[in-house]
Amino acid sequence: MDVLFLLVPLSVLLALAVLGLLAWAVWSGQFEDMESEGQRIFQDETMSSLQKRPADTTG
Amino acid sequence: MSAVLPVLPAPTIHATLSGWAASHATQYNDKIVRQFAVMAVVWGVVSMLVGVFIAAQMAWPELNFGIAWLSFGRLRPLHTNAAIFAFGGCALFATSYYVVQRTCQVRVISDKLAAFHFWGWQAVIVGAAISLPMGFTRGKEYAELEWPIAILIALTWVAYAMVFFGTIGLRKVRHIYVANWFYGAFIIAVALLHIVNGAVVPAGWMKSYSAYAGVQDAMVQWWYGHNAVGFFLTAGFLGIVYYFIPKQAERPVYSYRLSIVHFWALIFTYMWAGPHHLHYTALPDWTQSIGMVFSLILLAPSWGGMINGVMTLSGAWHKLREDPIIRFMIVALSFYGIATFEGPMMSIKTVNALSHYTDWNIAHVHGGTLGWVGFISMGALYFLVPRLFGQTRMHSVKAIEVHFWMATIGIVLYIAAMWIAGVMQGLMWRAINADGSLTYTFVESVKASYPFYVVRFFGGLLYLSGMLLMAWNVAMTALAGKPSSTTIPRSLAHA
Repeated sequence: MDVLFLLVPLSVLLALAVLGLLAWAVWSGQFEDMESEGQRIFQDETMSSLQKRPADTTG
Repeated sequence: MSAVLPVLPAPTIHATLSGWAASHATQYNDKIVRQFAVMAVVWGVVSMLVGVFIAAQMAWPELNFGIAWLSFGRLRPLHTNAAIFAFGGCALFATSYYVVQRTCQVRVISDKLAAFHFWGWQAVIVGAAISLPMGFTRGKEYAELEWPIAILIALTWVAYAMVFFGTIGLRKVRHIYVANWFYGAFIIAVALLHIVNGAVVPAGWMKSYSAYAGVQDAMVQWWYGHNAVGFFLTAGFLGIVYYFIPKQAERPVYSYRLSIVHFWALIFTYMWAGPHHLHYTALPDWTQSIGMVFSLILLAPSWGGMINGVMTLSGAWHKLREDPIIRFMIVALSFYGIATFEGPMMSIKTVNALSHYTDWNIAHVHGGTLGWVGFISMGALYFLVPRLFGQTRMHSVKAIEVHFWMATIGIVLYIAAMWIAGVMQGLMWRAINADGSLTYTFVESVKASYPFYVVRFFGGLLYLSGMLLMAWNVAMTALAGKPSSTTIPRSLAHA
């Protein structure tokens, strides 16, 4: 089962990388104000309801 | 295939990266979303059509017609590749491009790289549709495509990763919305899996040998296979859950905090569950046990996420009655819950002794694919298509309703038939007479499965018919409107 000497270190390295990413997210303040972040997706277009969409044509 | 490889010389990448701001950066790039969304529907129809055909072959083997191209062994990988990577892939790419631009409030970093991603991926699918029926295969489940196509997949994936993470890097909103974390994990993990499991020694243009041998190769394959389920078919589609369910329900995620916990818990545990595909093989026992334990642990984050998604409707349960799109999404989560309960149970060695190699696996996989992946994709596509064509709603809401019931009844027929057939096969194979000889021959279990294969065929046919109805509805919606793009809101640009 020599392949475990590849897969296990690879998975451990990945877990460490993920841990590093988690640390970055926590220390950089990604999770400081979690309740309002869930609300933000309702403001990501110019208008609040579909009815008011302008019929622009690009794309 | 090789002609497609050199389309992206290095200077092009440089030029597009530096010139991103000049090209209508006041609008989201909805063209790439539209292209992938339409192709998701097209490939959905194709993959399910092939699936129904090979389901019919299981009941009526004469449908092979004696033609090698139409034989089950060649069409089955075509079905799985088309369903997972063509239908599922296009749905993930469409939604991820939609979500990453809107939650970051910027246009994608490069339109050209995104276009390369689209056309490269379509070339991969066409390459699969030709090479698999011809019999070219690496013989690894969900990784059948031969090395020239596998290289094109890698190039396309790099372009996708550059666009996705580049766009996140440009974001105007400091917080990275949770759906982007799921999409990001999906992109990184699939790249890693594809490269490690794709290590081969070429022996000609469409022939190669794995870099690993024997049980080593099996371990690498199922480390890949299980994590493809975990990161392609789960993490990616959870990205859809965390953006499109709140949008369609018009209320935020039930607990945003729990969604973050769901993400990190899932990411840390999924990588280790692969060995449960190799119970009772030459794989060392301790490796099998680790796979089983981590599979059982996975139940916790999976169900936490499912409950979080369903509870998003808390206080607005009436929407389940009134809105067929919400119904697609919530039933998808129910199937996610069923499959993520069933999976850990089947990974327990004693249960696996009964279930392995039987049609119970087929029931389990299709609960996940038809129920979870299919339904959440269809819900998101029904949300997206009107918006992408400047319409307020789909051409026929009634047709969405009918589609929902056709698909639901189709799945129930499919899964119930395969559950019964699977348990029956497992019991027949292990039945032993008093003198120690086997009670049944293998072919007796095949014969006993016939009625269930017929029921499964009709279940699949119903599900395919629902998809055809969706294709008609999408076409009518697209014809009634015209391609539209959304302006990036300025007021929020620095929120």
